[in-house]
Amino acid sequence: MNNQVDISFDKLYNEFENRIKSLEKLPALKENTSAEKMLIEKGFSRRDFMKWAGAITAMLALPSNFTPLMADAIKVVDRLPIIWLHMAECTGCSEALLRSAHPTIDSLIFDYISLEYHETLMAAAGWQAEENIEHAMHKYKGQYILMVEGGIPTANNGSFLTIGGHAKKGLDIAKEASENAAAIFAIGTCSAFGGVQAAIPNPTGAVALSEVTHKTVINVPGCPPSEKNIVGTLMYYLLYGSLPALDAYNRPKWAYRLRIHDLCERRGHFDAGEFVENFGDEGAKDGYCLYKVGCKGPYTFNNCSKNKFNEDTSWPVQAGFGCIGCSEPNFWDTMGTVNEPLKDKLYNTTFSGLGADATADKVGLGLLVATGVGLAAHATLSAIKPPKE
Amino acid sequence: MSKRIVVDPITRIEGHLRAEVIVNDDGVVEDAFVSSTLWRGLEVIAKDRDPRNVAILMQRICGVCTYSHYLKSTMAVEDALGIKIPLNAELVRTLMNVALFIHDHVVHFYHLHGVDWVDITSALEANPAKAAKLAFKYSDSPIAAGEADLIKTQETIAKFAKHPQGMGPFANAYWGHGTYRLTPEQNLIALSHYLKALEIQRIAAKMMAIFGGKNPHPQSLVVGGVSCVMDILDPTRMSEYMENFKKLADFVDNAYYSDIKMAAEMYKDEPSVTKPIGVKNFMGVQELMIGRDEYLFDSNGYILDADISKVFEIDEDLITEEATHAWYADDEAQHPYDGTTVPNYTGFVKGQSVGPDGKMIHSENIDPKGKYSWIKSPRYDSKPMEVGPLASILVNYASGNKRVKEAVDSFLKETGLPVSALFTTLGRTAARAIQAKLIAKYGMEAFYNLIENIKVDEETCAQYIIDKNKEYKGRGIGEAPRGMLIHWIRIKNGVCENYQATVPSTWNASPIDANGVKGPYEADLVGLKIKDLSQPLEIIRIIHSYDPCIACAVHVMDTKGNKLSEYKVDPLYGGVCNV
Repeated sequence: MNNQVDISFDKLYNEFENRIKSLEKLPALKENTSAEKMLIEKGFSRRDFMKWAGAITAMLALPSNFTPLMADAIKVVDRLPIIWLHMAECTGCSEALLRSAHPTIDSLIFDYISLEYHETLMAAAGWQAEENIEHAMHKYKGQYILMVEGGIPTANNGSFLTIGGHAKKGLDIAKEASENAAAIFAIGTCSAFGGVQAAIPNPTGAVALSEVTHKTVINVPGCPPSEKNIVGTLMYYLLYGSLPALDAYNRPKWAYRLRIHDLCERRGHFDAGEFVENFGDEGAKDGYCLYKVGCKGPYTFNNCSKNKFNEDTSWPVQAGFGCIGCSEPNFWDTMGTVNEPLKDKLYNTTFSGLGADATADKVGLGLLVATGVGLAAHATLSAIKPPKE
Repeated sequence: MSKRIVVDPITRIEGHLRAEVIVNDDGVVEDAFVSSTLWRGLEVIAKDRDPRNVAILMQRICGVCTYSHYLKSTMAVEDALGIKIPLNAELVRTLMNVALFIHDHVVHFYHLHGVDWVDITSALEANPAKAAKLAFKYSDSPIAAGEADLIKTQETIAKFAKHPQGMGPFANAYWGHGTYRLTPEQNLIALSHYLKALEIQRIAAKMMAIFGGKNPHPQSLVVGGVSCVMDILDPTRMSEYMENFKKLADFVDNAYYSDIKMAAEMYKDEPSVTKPIGVKNFMGVQELMIGRDEYLFDSNGYILDADISKVFEIDEDLITEEATHAWYADDEAQHPYDGTTVPNYTGFVKGQSVGPDGKMIHSENIDPKGKYSWIKSPRYDSKPMEVGPLASILVNYASGNKRVKEAVDSFLKETGLPVSALFTTLGRTAARAIQAKLIAKYGMEAFYNLIENIKVDEETCAQYIIDKNKEYKGRGIGEAPRGMLIHWIRIKNGVCENYQATVPSTWNASPIDANGVKGPYEADLVGLKIKDLSQPLEIIRIIHSYDPCIACAVHVMDTKGNKLSEYKVDPLYGGVCNV
C-alpha cells in the first residue's frame, strides 16, 4: 500500500468518526435501548460482535483498523428508521434477510431496531398498518431509508397492484415513499431491474423502482440478493453518510465489481479445460467447471463466489448447478437456456482448454468495461446526501 | 344496520391480500369477500421458453414456498418427457422438502400466525419462574423456556412496551384484545419460542442449502435429477444435514408441538376459533418419498362434508377453474383462435367501512356482484375444496395411514379434544403442527435410505432428449406446505407451449364461483362474531390459519369451468385462449 492510499484512508477514518459522532447526537428512535444492549440481551459476546464487524469491514474493502468504527456504527443504527415496501414480488428478498449469517445481528437490525413498516413481519394489519407507514413517513420525513422489494407494475395505469383500504396503487405508494427518503435501496432484481414479471412479454408493464422516481436508487440485485449485500449496503450508508460507488447499473461496486468467474472455486478446471458434460457425470463428481452445462459466471457480476449463502453453507456453483446470472439486468431474457452455455453456438468450435478460457474472458472483459463506467461515489452523489440534521 | 369492515393489507402473509366482511348489529359476519390485489402473469412469461428454463422461472412464483414450485415444475417436465429419475435424486429432493416443510410451518406458526394467539404485552406480567415450571406441563424437555431465558425475553420486550411509539414491527397491533386466551406465563413461553424460532428457521434454510446451493430459491434441481452429486457423496455434508435435523426435530417436538397443545387447551372454548369451518371438503395427495416408492403421506383422495368414513379417488380431469368474480375477461363465446382473454380489472367501488377508531370512514370497497380478485375459483366437480396440512392429515387419517392415525389420535388424547375439533380454525393450526411432528419423526428415513443406496449406486441424473418434432404434456403433483400443488406443461417444437399451475392458496382463497358458492376463506368468515369492529383480530386469525401465499395463488388460467389441461396461454395479450 503506498502512502497516498494510506492518507486517503486516514481521511476516510476521520470522516467516519465524525459521521458516527453526529449520528450519536440524533435522538434514538426508541429510548432506553440500543443495538449494543440488544446484542447483550440476545447472548452475543463482544467477540461475536467484533467478528461480525470485522466481516462487514472486509466485505466493504476497508482496512481492518476500521473494524472498531464498524462496531460503533452498529450502535447508532437505531437512529435510522427503515420503511420496507412490497411491490410485485415473491417475498424471497424478505426471506433472504431472515436467513442472515453471522447470526442474528442482521435480523436485529431489521426486526427489532428501527423497522417501521414491513408487511411480512409487522404485527399490525389493515388500517393500523396503514397508520404505521403514514406515521413513519411523516415523523421521519427526509430521514428514513426506503427499501423496496418487487417490481413496479405500471400497465393499466398501475392497477395490477393496490394496497390498503383506499386501494392505493403500488406505483403511487412507491413514488410517494421515494419522495422523502434519505436514501433508497432497491432490494432484489425485481425492484432493481423489473425482475421476473418484467421478462418478455411483461404482461403487467413491470419496471424498476428507478424508473418511477427521479431520486437516485441504489440497486442491490440478486434473486434474491445475499443478506450480506443488503446489510452491507446499509452499513456503508451509515458510515459514509453518502451512497457507495456504483457501477453502470447503480450497483454498489464493493459487492458487484467482482465477476463470479474470477473468484470461482472451479476456475482452475475451467483453465485446465475440464468440464462437466452432463449433470451427475464423473466430471460433476470431481467438481469440474460448469460452463458447458450453462454456468453464467463469466457474464455475471456479484460476490457469490466469495461470500456464499446461508452462513457460508454453499452457493449454486458448489451445488453443481452453475450461475444463472440473476444479478444482471433482464437476465431472464438475455442469459439464454440455464443449462446450456450462453455462447455455445458462437464458441463451441474454440471450446477447448485455453481457447475457451480466452473466449470466455473476452466476453467477460467486454461487460467489465461496460460496468466499469460506473459512477464515482462522493462527487456525484453528494447531492443526494440526507438533509442536514 | 349492517356495517362493513375492510382489512387491507392483511400483513404477516406472503403477498397482497384484502378481506372484507359485512357484520350485523350483533357483530356477526353475514357475508365475506377475499381479494388478492396483485397480478404478475408468470405463466404467460413461461410460454415459448426452453422447458429446462421453466422450473427456475416458475420457482419465482414464491420465495416462501421457494422449493415447492421448483420441484413440481421440474416434475411436470420430467412427466412430459417420460423421465424416471434415479432414486438418489428422489431422496435428495425429499431431504430438501423436509427442510422446507419444517421451515415453513415453524415460521408460519411463530412469525406469521403467532401473534394472533399470543399477546406479547401480556407476557410482561408473567412470573418467569412460574412460567419455567409451567413449560414442563407441555413438554418433558422444554426449549428456551428456562427461568433465565424467560427473564431475558421479558426484558427485551419490556423495553419495547414502555415506548408505544417504539415497538417497531410490534407497534399498533391488537394487543389486549378480548379473544386472547393464554395466561401471561403461557404468552411468555410462546414469545421466547418466537425468538428462538428465528434461529431455527436459519438452520432449516441451511439444511436446504447443503443440497440446494442457497435458500431462498435453491438451485440444484435439473430435469432428470439433481446437480449436487458432490454434496451427496461428501460425508461431511451429509452429517451436517443430520446434525441440523436433530436441532429442528427437537424444536418441533419441544417448542412448536408443545405450544400447540398449550393453545389447544386454552382456546378450546373460544368461539372464534372453534366455530365449525365453512367448506368441509378436503383434498390431498401423496408427498415425501422416504424410500423407494414409499411415501410418508401416502394417500391420494378427497373427503366430502367432513365425513372421514369415505375417501374418494381424484379424477384430475374434474379440476376446473373459472373467473366469474376474478379480474379476467370471460372469453367463453370467442372462437379459440381469437380467444384471448385480457386481464379485466374493474377495481373497487367507493363506500364506507369501520375505521381504526370505530367510526365509519370512506374506503374503496369490493362490489360482490362484480369481479373483485386476481384469484380465480378452482373447483373439483363443481365443489370447493380446502387443501393444506389439515386436508393432507384428514385424507391420510381417513385412508388409514398408520403413522398419521397414531399422531392424530395421540394429539386428540393429549388435548382431550374430539375429532370434530379438527374441523375448526384451531384444528387447522394444530394439523400443521401434527404434520411437522410427523416429518420430524420420520423424515430421516429418506436420509438413511439415501446412504444405503449410495453404497451401490451413484446415479443422480437421468439423461434425456427433447425431440422438437414431438409434442409432450405432463404434470407434477404433490403437496406443498400449504397444500396440493399441480404444475401442468405442454411442450411443442422444443419449447413450452402452455403452462399452468394449480396452487393451494388459489383453492383456499378463491372468490365466489358461477354457482354462487364461496371458497374456504370466505365461507369460514361467515357466522364469525367480531368483538371489536375496529380491531378485527378474529378475521386475520382465521385467514392466517390457512397460511396464505398470495403470489402463488394468483395466476392466469381462465374461462368458465373448463378443464385445466385444455388451456393455452397467449403471450401477446397476457391472457389465455381456450384450445
